[in-house]
Amino acid sequence: MATTWRIAVIGDWESVMGFQALGLDTYPVTTPEEAREKIRELAKADCAVIYLTERLAVALPDVISRYKDELRPAIILIPGREGSLGVGKENIQRAIERAVGADIL
Amino acid sequence: MPNVTVSPTRMELTRLKGKLRTAQRGHKLLKDKRDELMKQFLDTVREVRALRAEVEADLMAVHGSFTVASALMSAQSIQQALMYPKQSVELTMGTQNIMSVNVPVYKFETKTKSDADIYPYGFAGTSGELDDAVDALGKVFRKMLKLAQIEKAAQLMAEEIEKTRRRVNALEYVMIPNTQESIRYITMKLDENDRATTTRLMKVKDMILKEAIDERRAKDAEVMGKTGDSGNFSV
Repeated sequence: MATTWRIAVIGDWESVMGFQALGLDTYPVTTPEEAREKIRELAKADCAVIYLTERLAVALPDVISRYKDELRPAIILIPGREGSLGVGKENIQRAIERAVGADIL
Repeated sequence: MPNVTVSPTRMELTRLKGKLRTAQRGHKLLKDKRDELMKQFLDTVREVRALRAEVEADLMAVHGSFTVASALMSAQSIQQALMYPKQSVELTMGTQNIMSVNVPVYKFETKTKSDADIYPYGFAGTSGELDDAVDALGKVFRKMLKLAQIEKAAQLMAEEIEKTRRRVNALEYVMIPNTQESIRYITMKLDENDRATTTRLMKVKDMILKEAIDERRAKDAEVMGKTGDSGNFSV
């Protein structure tokens, strides 16, 4: 598998603009619906990692669980400009609960 | 109450015994798999938590720098400065197999080799804070990619552990006890049949014996009667 994949960053413009400088594909969106469309589109195309701001992730739990068990894309939550909402940490917690059946850490 | 629809035959018994053996072996193997996966998973999760905390803190710092930069520069000029990236990232994805779970392994190559060479703009029209912000983001990005890899691995492993755990429990609490119950039922039924046959045979034997004895007695009596008569005559 020598194909190259893209890395996308989805979020509000202030949060994603910096990633543009690194050569990642940034998609500034304003509404969760826009983000939902974009994620679907990117998942079908050649996108391996999608960084999504936590604020949008809160509005799109169905999309996140839809891709959770797929190998690609990996949707990783990042804190947006407004600060960490703890959603990313909560997701790890939920993964533990799912695997162990109880919160043990 | 396990399934009562099994037919109590010897063939069914053999089949069920085979099934039980397979189930017990599968149960043991799956349990081993679950334990090993769990061990790996907990290691991964610990790593994810540490890295995530680090990345989140770093990103907040980066956002802070960008906020300062956007206070010093207009939104348009920032947009303009960042519009055409010099840097580009080529990501290749492989997979690694951890206990039959395929997890992604990301490798990336940047177009410009040195970290100092990533600024897509000239320094004249922009503020120094923007440089810092972009620089810091470039550093945090490596961690972010590592985070993506292990967090995805943790998610996929969690799914697999859940599946394996369910299978183990289904085997342990449903499949194996049910099969054992069925085997016991068939064994008891067959034993009962055996006993029934034995009793029946004994009964039949008794009846035949009785019949034979009666017949013999009748014959004896007849003979006795005849000999008695002739005896009288002869004496």
